[in-house]
Amino acid sequence: MTDRSDTRASEHLQTQAAAAPVVEVENLQAHYGERQVLHDIGLTVSPGEIMVIMGGSGSGKSTLLRHLVGLTRPTAGRVELLGLDITRARAMEMMRLRRKLGVAFQGGALFSSMTVLENVMLPLQEHTQLDRKTMEIMARLKLEVVNLAEAEAMMPAELSGGMLKRAAVARAIVMDPALLFFDEPSAGLDPVVSSALDDLILKLRDAMNMTIVVVTHELESAFKIADRITVLDQGRILLVDDVAGVRRSENPRIQNLLNRRSEETEVDARSYLRRLTGEAPLAPVLHSEDSGVS
Amino acid sequence: MLRFAEGIGRGVVRGVEEVGFAGALFAESLFWAFAGPARRQPVRLPAVFAQMMQIGIEALPIATVLAATIGMMLAIQSLYSLGLFGAESFATIGIALSVVREFAPLIIGILIAGRSGSALAARFSTMTINQEVDALRVIGISPVRFLVAPSLFAMMIMVPVLTMWANIVALTAAGLMVTASLEISLAAYHADVLAALSVNDLAHGLGKSVLFAAVVALVSAVNGALADGGAEGVGRRTTRAVVHSIAAIIMVDMIFAFVVTSG
Repeated sequence: MTDRSDTRASEHLQTQAAAAPVVEVENLQAHYGERQVLHDIGLTVSPGEIMVIMGGSGSGKSTLLRHLVGLTRPTAGRVELLGLDITRARAMEMMRLRRKLGVAFQGGALFSSMTVLENVMLPLQEHTQLDRKTMEIMARLKLEVVNLAEAEAMMPAELSGGMLKRAAVARAIVMDPALLFFDEPSAGLDPVVSSALDDLILKLRDAMNMTIVVVTHELESAFKIADRITVLDQGRILLVDDVAGVRRSENPRIQNLLNRRSEETEVDARSYLRRLTGEAPLAPVLHSEDSGVS
Repeated sequence: MLRFAEGIGRGVVRGVEEVGFAGALFAESLFWAFAGPARRQPVRLPAVFAQMMQIGIEALPIATVLAATIGMMLAIQSLYSLGLFGAESFATIGIALSVVREFAPLIIGILIAGRSGSALAARFSTMTINQEVDALRVIGISPVRFLVAPSLFAMMIMVPVLTMWANIVALTAAGLMVTASLEISLAAYHADVLAALSVNDLAHGLGKSVLFAAVVALVSAVNGALADGGAEGVGRRTTRAVVHSIAAIIMVDMIFAFVVTSG
């Protein structure tokens, strides 16, 4: 499976390198209040590529995703999706673009008052003039793709974590989008379900020729599905490379991430005491390499 | 002292922002109601009807009980206070004007704030925290058209209907007390009521109830949209929505009465 994926990845990289990028980000900056959380982010994603955005907690990857899908406007910089600059696009242009995008949220974000089938049908109801029967057939086809056909009449509250994520994927792909975003697809899932979801992502790329951007902190998953990986740390891009390149990187912060090591911080006894008594700010948190804290 | 002043300043700015946000939600709801069909994105009528059922029809029993109680209470107080001057026969006029111009819209407004406003705020808050609102936006569905507008329009239709119902129930319940106390017939009481009331009085009460409906829906929507912090955030926003709705209803009531009566 890995060999096949590697071959696919290199094919994609070679054949799509010259094509216009599906995602193009330039000098993206974002702030929460006074605090800058993204610093001059720049990246491109080529057609048919799976780009994994990876980083630890607080690295800014979820914030970056919100900017990529147009949920948050950046302080500065440009985000272009399928040729449209979404930082300057008008509402109707965004509306048309949204029909070509799919987003699978971390918690599924299914509408709790609707059945699984109704959730998957919703984009069709809102954006097409199809009759109800046709929409039901199309929604069931997508549920088949994610192996969730038996759950169409269930309510979201009745689904397991893995089923929720698969239902969210079915809703995200029901309009056959050119570009698909995943937010932490493996988070909270057991290894078997997580691996099945990775296979599904690869299947979507291979069978439906989608361009896919995945935000995750799961190394195993990232290495399995990625054509290229963007490593984020403290709101900055450390590296953009293929899986082998990331593994080879000698950057200590990347090595820490790969080896699941937390940052070692030199703290003298006096400043540690000042933190405990509240005289100094608590961050950075004191960790030791062998503390098991990540 | 400086910190205290800063706190007040921040609170005022936040309040102005929220009022502005509510105004924007109202304007966008109207936009989708009129421009939505042409853009093939109408406000969904089934959603409006479902909300009308929840806000209006399902509230009928409690609205009836409250209206009857208020009507009887007003009759008892009016008969007692006017009886001190030997003017019980004027009680009907006072009851009719009080119920139609003030008590029915106010009680229904407060009932809707507690019952439907809290439900709306809790639902919107939960949807915001669970990223369902984000999901709507990335699908290309305006959350205002999909969520806010149906609730807003359903309230603006059903609150006046409930207020009209409360007028009838309260005046009838008051009539039972008045007819028993003054030993007049129910027909004579009704004739007195109709003689005391004008179309203006009815329009005054119903007009206010439309404003109260808009206030409750918008305050709930604003609080729901700004929710954060998990289950605790939902509870906090729901409480805040109810308290702010009731406070806003009372203030709007006073302003409306001042503007209309001084004009």
